[in-house]
Amino acid sequence: MGSPILFGIAEVGYFVAMMIYIGYFIFKNKTMGISATTVAAAAFLSQTAALAMRWMESYNMGIGRAPLTNLYESLIFFVWCLMLGYLIIEFKYKNRTFGAFVTPIAGLALGFIDLTGISKEIEPLVPALQSNWLLAHVTMSFIAYAAFGLAFATGMLYLVLSTEKRTESSYIFWTVAGSVFLIVLAAMGADYFKFKMMGVSSEMLKSYLFKATFRSDSKPMALLSLLGAFAIIFSVWRYGYVLKRMLKSFGLSLEFLEDLNYKVVAVGFPIFTLGGLIFGAIWADQAWGVYWSWDPKETWSLITWLVYAFYLHAKYLRGWRGNKIAVLSSIGFITVIFTYIGVNILLSGLHSYGEI
Amino acid sequence: MADKNIVEKVWGFFTSVKLAVALFAIIALTSIIGTVIEQNAPPEKNIKLFTKMFGPASAPTAYKTADVLGLTDMYHSWWFTAMLVCFAANLTICSIDRLPRIKRVVDEPLKPIDMTEFDKYGIKKELSIEGNVEEAKAVVLTALKKLGMTPNATDPGGPNNRDIQFYAHKGRYTRYAVYVIHFSIIFILIGSVIGVTFGFSGYLSLPEGETSSVAFTRQEEEHPLGFSIRCDNFAVWFYGTSDMPKEYISWLSIIENGRTVLKKSIGVNSPLKYKGYTFYQSGYGVVPDAKGLIILNVTPKGGKTEQISLHVGESFTIPGTKLTGKITTFSPALSFDKDERPYTYTDNMNNPAVFIEVTSENEKEEKKSGWVVKRYPNTWKMPDGSTVELVDNYGYQYTGLQVRKDPGVWVVYAGCLFMAIGLYSAFFLSHKKIWVLLQPEKTKVNVKIAAFTNKNKTGYEGVINSVFDRLTQRV
Ligand code: HEM
Repeated sequence: MGSPILFGIAEVGYFVAMMIYIGYFIFKNKTMGISATTVAAAAFLSQTAALAMRWMESYNMGIGRAPLTNLYESLIFFVWCLMLGYLIIEFKYKNRTFGAFVTPIAGLALGFIDLTGISKEIEPLVPALQSNWLLAHVTMSFIAYAAFGLAFATGMLYLVLSTEKRTESSYIFWTVAGSVFLIVLAAMGADYFKFKMMGVSSEMLKSYLFKATFRSDSKPMALLSLLGAFAIIFSVWRYGYVLKRMLKSFGLSLEFLEDLNYKVVAVGFPIFTLGGLIFGAIWADQAWGVYWSWDPKETWSLITWLVYAFYLHAKYLRGWRGNKIAVLSSIGFITVIFTYIGVNILLSGLHSYGEI
Repeated sequence: MADKNIVEKVWGFFTSVKLAVALFAIIALTSIIGTVIEQNAPPEKNIKLFTKMFGPASAPTAYKTADVLGLTDMYHSWWFTAMLVCFAANLTICSIDRLPRIKRVVDEPLKPIDMTEFDKYGIKKELSIEGNVEEAKAVVLTALKKLGMTPNATDPGGPNNRDIQFYAHKGRYTRYAVYVIHFSIIFILIGSVIGVTFGFSGYLSLPEGETSSVAFTRQEEEHPLGFSIRCDNFAVWFYGTSDMPKEYISWLSIIENGRTVLKKSIGVNSPLKYKGYTFYQSGYGVVPDAKGLIILNVTPKGGKTEQISLHVGESFTIPGTKLTGKITTFSPALSFDKDERPYTYTDNMNNPAVFIEVTSENEKEEKKSGWVVKRYPNTWKMPDGSTVELVDNYGYQYTGLQVRKDPGVWVVYAGCLFMAIGLYSAFFLSHKKIWVLLQPEKTKVNVKIAAFTNKNKTGYEGVINSVFDRLTQRV
């Protein structure tokens, strides 16, 4: 078995796990919970094996490098870290509720890979990328991103549990952020069906993101998608409190969520500072002779960093608690997503694996 | 004393954490603008962007406005600099303002606590140890040692004058950790200011075989180096048959007062340093209209290989034959179109080749002209079995060097190191205190434990529990 097959198994596994976790969340069926964990763990093992194999394959191809250097590999690694972190938390706290909130993040990342047609080839590296600093930089950045992803999930859960009134700003925040997430997931699903079923080759699948919906060539379809998106936002906002009722029976306390939220940020922040900012700067300095050049990717990393610095100071020195802190940690992860993907799609940059 | 009042007011303003939080938000939000508007780009690029955003009518005005506001080179504008200065002042003054208080906490000697206070701590534990005081003492001391503590002990006291209290703390200096982080940020900012003020950043495109005593700024102004640098040779290697470079290397010499003082080959990620200047391998290219040398290996059938070098337009003879080869064309990147016609597909030296036209004095001798391609050494053979290989070309390529002098970079690196140390101590270490009270009874000793930590209470509680439980169970 080659690594693509194992990656495929993992991908399908994560999607199935996501479904079962959501099912478990809705029906609270214990067997479902156990099978969700089993599927997630199996998918994780398959992905681990796939990563190891890809590493070996690169050696057999005479390229020989850690599978961490292009957009595809880094997204895969992000999913791997996220699921590892999640499984550790599930094991440690004996609570599966997050599964329904974490696996969609993994699903989103994997779906994104398939739909944007990011190259999955093991490509040789241009000389600038052959650096151990870069390797440390990428590895640590993604460990930190995974921690921030977990903080996002706990932050959203916190908001679901702590808000009720539809006029409350925190309620509006989580319903809108949550539905945007849902919309993106659904739109990618639509792309997937439309273009995979039509037999579009992966070469042509490039830039098909949202082509079935918002970026459709037919104007009515695009308009309809936009209306659909608003309808989703509206209904999530209108009926979001139902989620709270479901959550209540899982015995999650707000203190526990807030504490866990801080814990993961406190792991992510130093790793991100060291690996994401400092090692990145050292690499740039060695390769190009500039440790900081204000290119969009660097600047967005700095913005992300400032958001989490804001979080730490607001929490410890300004006494911010509860909703505000949960919102901050969610915004932090939104800037992470933007740093990683938004900059590539929307902004031009110097960064090597920028183009999709 | 209005004067002092103002000073106090300014000081007060900069000690506020509210300002810090506001600055985080403001700097983050304004930074976004600079990632949308392309920085230091030719005006056309941003006008195009504004056309997309605001339509063609308002684009020129939008561009002018952005330019006046410094948004086209935002991170070097006065107002962005002013924000960073505020940030640095805030950080410095806030830290100075708080340090005395932290110092007091750090220097405060640890004291034994009153018996009644044992219940007031967040972490507390009670247990009893069978045996006499000495045995219990030994157990407690071992436990404390396991916790990394070196305890003080009180003289026997308490209601029946036999109670003993051990107390200890460790890691009190970790309370300075966040100040190390803050200080490191100041360090990094100072280092970058030194770099911008006293440093130089530019480039130099140096053709093979040429020497330069200057580098160029981005504005194409000359910058004297104080010594000369020569490119002795340059080479690129590719992955397999692709055009993806695997490695590129320049062989450089530093020349001072006519003497070569240093020779070094540099590649990407391994620069050359001399007298404060660093030369980074950043790119390469083809010198337009170069008149360089072509180096060939000529091997007559069954004979010895001979290396020759010549210019385009010059001829050579193949030893032992009447054949004369003339180099008519040089192409840095040869390819053939679908009609088999040769053309140069890129400006880079991706597939250097020369066309050799063969003539012979002897009309009857078989001859064949053709392309000799460097990356495919067996491209061309004469009908009589002699071969010609293109070994190298010299003087056609230039090496692209990034030239930098940055006396502040070590300050920045030191700052990074402090930041790493500070982050580790702030997030993974803590100031821990513990008090253990031993109250002897007839056949056992009751033990009360109280503990405190400024970080990760659950973790510390867990360690205390496991250490004491294990030791008392064994006894
Ligand atoms: C981006 C820059 C900054 C970073 C990365 C940073 C980092 C930190 C960290 C990690 C902590 C510890 C928080 C915790 O307990 O978890 C902290 C505390 C603190 N920060 Fe900052 N900080 C920055 C800028 C500032 C600024 C501009 C000020 C100015 C007022 C400031 C004032 C403080 C204060 C007063 C504390 C509390 C110190 C204590 O507990 O005694 N920080 N900072």
